[in-house]
Amino acid sequence: MIETIQNKLQVLQPQVVDVVNESHMHAGPATDSHFKLVVVSDAFAGVRPVARHQQVYALLADELAGPIHALALHLYTPEEFQSVQVPLSPNCLGGSK
Amino acid sequence: MEIMDILKDQIESNSILLYMKGSPDQPMCGFSARTVQAVMECGQKFAYVDVLSNPDVRANLPSYANWPTFPQLWVSGELVGGCDIVTDMHAKGELKTLLEQATNA
Repeated sequence: MIETIQNKLQVLQPQVVDVVNESHMHAGPATDSHFKLVVVSDAFAGVRPVARHQQVYALLADELAGPIHALALHLYTPEEFQSVQVPLSPNCLGGSK
Repeated sequence: MEIMDILKDQIESNSILLYMKGSPDQPMCGFSARTVQAVMECGQKFAYVDVLSNPDVRANLPSYANWPTFPQLWVSGELVGGCDIVTDMHAKGELKTLLEQATNA
């Protein structure tokens, strides 16, 4: 799954694609369901946050319609990335998918 | 009313609206918990819909919004974002400003 995600995001010509499997933070049995992505790309320049996320959601539509239950996104331009600290994701509390 | 009309109506008639899993007192997802916490800290009155007890909303809002997951924060009829965006805006102080503007509009 991590490889699939990385491949699909190449269209953004990213400088950084960091995919972390956070499925262990899920409350129930889950192996490939919770992920965190850090993407750094010029494609996000001048694009407001909601539209940046929508760009990535569109690229991963198949995965989101299927196995992915939670996808934390931290999307930055190269300039922004120099001054950020990427936040930690919360633990899942078990709300059913 | 059709579900898409219901969604439109909810979004248009509530200036601050959070679609979440569970309730503000008892969130059922870590992402919803973190988001509702940020919204509450801004001190404005807001509406919420528990998508776990409204399966129609849960099934249809993602396509209406072009946003696949919950929570979703809507302000003044526009999607602001989910947990990552809302907590980031809150950390920068932007969320409070946005919600105050929406309340006073």
